[in-house]
Amino acid sequence: MAQPHDLGTIIDAHPFFKGIDAELRALLVGCAANERFEPGDRLSREGRPADKFYLVRAGHVAVEAALPGRQPIILETVGENEVLGWSWVVEPFLATFDARAVTPVRAVSFDGTCLRAKMANDPALGYEVLKRFVPVITHRLATARLQLLDLYGPATAPELEEKVKKVKKAKRKAG
Amino acid sequence: MSAEPKDPMLPRPFRIEKVRRELSDTFTVEMVPEAGGEFAFAPGQFNMLYVFGVGEVPISISGDPADRSRLIHTTRAVGAVTNAMDRLKVGDVLGVRGPYGTPWPVEAAFGRDLVFVAGGVGLAPLRPAITMAIANRDRFSRVVVLYGARTPDDILFKKELERWRSRFDMDVSVTVDRATQRWGGNVGVVTNLVAKRGFEPARTTAFVCGPEGMMRYSAIALEKAGVARGAIYLSMERNMKCGCGLCGHCQWGPHFACKDGPVFRYDRIADLLTVREL
Repeated sequence: MAQPHDLGTIIDAHPFFKGIDAELRALLVGCAANERFEPGDRLSREGRPADKFYLVRAGHVAVEAALPGRQPIILETVGENEVLGWSWVVEPFLATFDARAVTPVRAVSFDGTCLRAKMANDPALGYEVLKRFVPVITHRLATARLQLLDLYGPATAPELEEKVKKVKKAKRKAG
Repeated sequence: MSAEPKDPMLPRPFRIEKVRRELSDTFTVEMVPEAGGEFAFAPGQFNMLYVFGVGEVPISISGDPADRSRLIHTTRAVGAVTNAMDRLKVGDVLGVRGPYGTPWPVEAAFGRDLVFVAGGVGLAPLRPAITMAIANRDRFSRVVVLYGARTPDDILFKKELERWRSRFDMDVSVTVDRATQRWGGNVGVVTNLVAKRGFEPARTTAFVCGPEGMMRYSAIALEKAGVARGAIYLSMERNMKCGCGLCGHCQWGPHFACKDGPVFRYDRIADLLTVREL
């Protein structure tokens, strides 16, 4: 099992906490643990308490949504050097989606309850953690919007109708 | 020997030697000139392909520029002409005008990291440049291919991607926008792959090809990663008619997409990409 000083080194090496102040990092270490997951293991389940977030060190995790009558859809994958989970910091602290290990995964997990308490007591830590999570959240929002655009899909019916109208108009103009 | 006609509006007949189904709506045709001879082109250039009695469309060349014996085009059947082309068989004849347009500046990127960002069928116009990069592999630092598709079933040139990925001197990453649990690879937009990098931004030249929206956001992601605007190139599509700068049909702001493009340097067109209705 990783010792706290090892966890500190791992946290320092992960891009998510790159350059963090040593004192703040020491507070993080107190809520951290080294974890391993096998393919198929669940890191979080939709609707259950989101009591952890993870710095992924190796492997791939699929963030999934299961809808009745359909195969579970993978919304995104999170891999090495990325961070998984932000529901732990947003009330009511419940997981929005399932997270499943696709490959063997090594990660550092952080206990959300422990970290929230420390953040409430130490605004500098709270600011530092949120400052790092906000870009992750905005990035995920932006990429979700891009996925919604369905950039590679066929033109939608309204787009095709619009195109046909334009061509007809141009032909009428040309006589 | 090159069999280029003097009249740029006169198509040359090419006989189809092979037709390959790539995806449910995407196919590749391999052709040879009826009159014999060779066909020289630079990666990124396109031809006007004429389905007799139906019409003409601009399609990028997807073959190996070092192989002048055959002409290869990969396209998606989306309109009247490409749907008619999809019905052609071995032995049928297509009219070909070209090659036209500006190429990917592969040689100008010698000595640098070369990053290809492709989306959907946009991998086809990049394929000649990737082939050329592999043929000149020792002249580049890193060669990276980042490819995004809609679903795992929409991945173009799957076998070729696997072959490229198996090389030790090339990084190939593939992602899809949506997938079920049968897919074990990346899920997410192709810009996510750009963010993960694997190249040195300050010495990177990037070639981007795909749907316009995908190219716009990929260029933004590359710039955010530290790649200079002047080192990013995009292949633009507009409604081309003559293909050689005569008719003005494909005018795009101050540019003609057929003559000044299709490959444009990003710093010259970045502002145009956000102009609506252009």
